[in-house]
Amino acid sequence: MHLVVCVKQVPDATEVKVDPVKGTLVRQGVPSIANPYDMHALEMALQLKDEHGAKITVLSMGPPQATDVIKRSISIGADDGRLLCDVAFAGSDTLATSYILSQAIKEIEKTDPVDIVFAGKMAIDGDTAQVGPGIATRLGYSLVTYCLGIDGIDTGRSVIKARRQLEGGCEVVEADLPVLITVVKEANEVRYASLPDLIKSIRSDVTVWNKEFFELDIPQCGLKGSPTQVKKIFPPPPKDVTPEIMNTGETGLDEIANTVAEAVSKAGIL
Amino acid sequence: MKERFDVIVVGAGPAGLAAAYTTAKAGLKTIIFERGEFPGSKNMFGGVLFAHSLSEMFPDFWEEAPLERALVEERYWLLSEDSATTFSFKTKSFGQPPYNGFSVLRAKFDRWFAGKAVEAGALLVNETLVEKLIQKDGKTIGVQTGREDGDVYGDVVIVAEGVNSLLTKELGIHEEWRGNEVGVGVKELISLPKETIQERFNLEGNEGIAMRILGTTRGMTGGAFLYTNKASVSIGVACMVEDVSNECVCPNDLIDDLKNHPMVKPLIAGGSTKEYSAHMIPEAGFRSIPELVHDGLMIVGDAAMLTILITGEGANLAVTSGRLAGEAAVKAKENGDFSANGLSSYKEAMDESYVIKDLKQFKDFAGYFHSNRDILNLYPSLLNGIVKQVIATDGLPRSEKIERAKAMLKEKKSYWQLMKEAWHGWRSIR
Ligand SMILES: Cc1cc2nc3c(=O)[nH]c(=O)nc-3n(C[C@H](O)[C@H](O)[C@H](O)COP(=O)(O)OP(=O)(O)OC[C@H]3O[C@@H](n4cnc5c(N)ncnc54)[C@H](O)[C@@H]3O)c2cc1C
Repeated sequence: MHLVVCVKQVPDATEVKVDPVKGTLVRQGVPSIANPYDMHALEMALQLKDEHGAKITVLSMGPPQATDVIKRSISIGADDGRLLCDVAFAGSDTLATSYILSQAIKEIEKTDPVDIVFAGKMAIDGDTAQVGPGIATRLGYSLVTYCLGIDGIDTGRSVIKARRQLEGGCEVVEADLPVLITVVKEANEVRYASLPDLIKSIRSDVTVWNKEFFELDIPQCGLKGSPTQVKKIFPPPPKDVTPEIMNTGETGLDEIANTVAEAVSKAGIL
Repeated sequence: MKERFDVIVVGAGPAGLAAAYTTAKAGLKTIIFERGEFPGSKNMFGGVLFAHSLSEMFPDFWEEAPLERALVEERYWLLSEDSATTFSFKTKSFGQPPYNGFSVLRAKFDRWFAGKAVEAGALLVNETLVEKLIQKDGKTIGVQTGREDGDVYGDVVIVAEGVNSLLTKELGIHEEWRGNEVGVGVKELISLPKETIQERFNLEGNEGIAMRILGTTRGMTGGAFLYTNKASVSIGVACMVEDVSNECVCPNDLIDDLKNHPMVKPLIAGGSTKEYSAHMIPEAGFRSIPELVHDGLMIVGDAAMLTILITGEGANLAVTSGRLAGEAAVKAKENGDFSANGLSSYKEAMDESYVIKDLKQFKDFAGYFHSNRDILNLYPSLLNGIVKQVIATDGLPRSEKIERAKAMLKEKKSYWQLMKEAWHGWRSIR
């Protein structure tokens, strides 16, 4: 089996601030991490590899520093990686990004057909959840979103059985291979690298593909190929709430608990 | 793990990075372990990097390192409830090469420094905790990390794990630091527009100021600081752990005291807190420095308690000690002798350097403050009271004012006591 996992490098969401004057994201000095959902997608692929044997190729589009997320993936068991990096890709929205990634997967397929493409449920810096489905559509793959786990692969019939996360439940589906699967974080716990594997990954050379390495219609890439435009970014205005300090001495705990419960239900929080 | 290294460095702070850079550059096979996501990710300090230590390794580092401002003014504030007496020294010359010091944010700076070590050939392994030093026949021969298959062997281990030095404690090289040997520092990073900082602190271009503040620690041994960055200020306070725990004060309250002091408040008005951090700081100086060299082992930086409170130095001592340990490892490699004897040039070089000389000079200083609580409790307000009495123009004849000032002083202290304290204070720094 050949599994491709899409991993994005994102700014650590806990540290991103919005510039109140310019209305843009302040990314300078903010550490980058591998999009957490993507790592759960990789773990799902690794578990398949453990069980059935597979080759895992990690694919990322981003700036040169995004080699870090590919190395991290290699440290826990991915076999190979490609970083798609070119100024022509900068500013891509979800449409352009899914185009570029699917073109790269087509190129990879030329030498090594792909059975499953994995992606995270969404990236934590955009929260769109569009790129995975976009790739599936372009490649004509079947699509399983919000995947919690893979229960079986029937190579004879070329189908996969998977569990999907629903609100308040779980759905078991079958999908034809090749398939694109997007993964939620409840799916698994991501493993740690052993020291020798970690060191090997630090020393590994990541293959970088610029726009010359695979077939691309350049007008569909980058800013030019991106119909979505971010007009404005702003932090939601803080709610104007004045805390009320209640004294247990006067009223007793029960009454305070009641007051709080009432206020919470009135505010529609529960 | 099978692979061996010449040098294993534990901790990618200034001390460990200086050591790793030095050994890697000389061609020794060097590995650095850092428990944080990347060097600097877990690190904080007040904010002044004195330039000399780094320029010995990178002559023009200011042209490429991520620095905030070149500090052209050192201002000392003695604060009482609503007054301040100030001493300040400012010189434009500190704003030019070779510079005196820079304000620095560790997350960026440590990362840059680590890049230098990696360029020189060191192998940097992040997110990996060193749990133990591996010993054989009383000699350190490697480290045990928290990862699977995580034992690594090498000729020498350089411990640069900072003040919370568990590894060397476990070997029995030193005891657990006592409450009067370490302090706790808390700091907030408050963002302010660049123009506001220029105006409030009277700065031009890339100039910055370092302020050291006494009198806001409720009498506990400690002090506060405020350093300007490009578009933020680092403001914080550090106190001896023993005092903080005896007085049951939450360090957080101390920083609130500071921020709400009428002299400090306007300096940070309108700013928003971007970061809050806390860290321990070695305070006992020379007396608690452990043996620096052992068989197969050297200790550098805060792990060896190398800080000088009075001048706010630590990072520069860390860099210098790391470099000297690195040089000793290179020498030991040439001679093929990594025993304590083979590594002894580290200790000799340290004794010759400003690091140990200055630490010796100030060896009684922290103790002096600690045992003379009046210095922080009484003197700032007494001084402010006297200065106010003398300066206020209120219709009283000057002769009368001076008499009153004397009386204020005498009410609190006899001349004999004053002289005694001054003498001890003087003795503590010479
Ligand atoms: C509030 C405060 C203000 C300060 N202000 C100043 C100042 O203005 N100027 C100045 O020069 N100094 C200042 N200092 C002192 C200065 O921060 C230290 O002296 C300096 O950081 C020491 O460097 P180091 O490399 O020895 O240790 P650290 O900077 O503490 O670095 C230790 C590194 O080791 C890592 N580590 C620890 N244990 C392990 C392990 N077991 N395995 C793997 N990695 C590990 C840590 O994550 C860290 O990266 C201040 C300190 C404090 C607390």
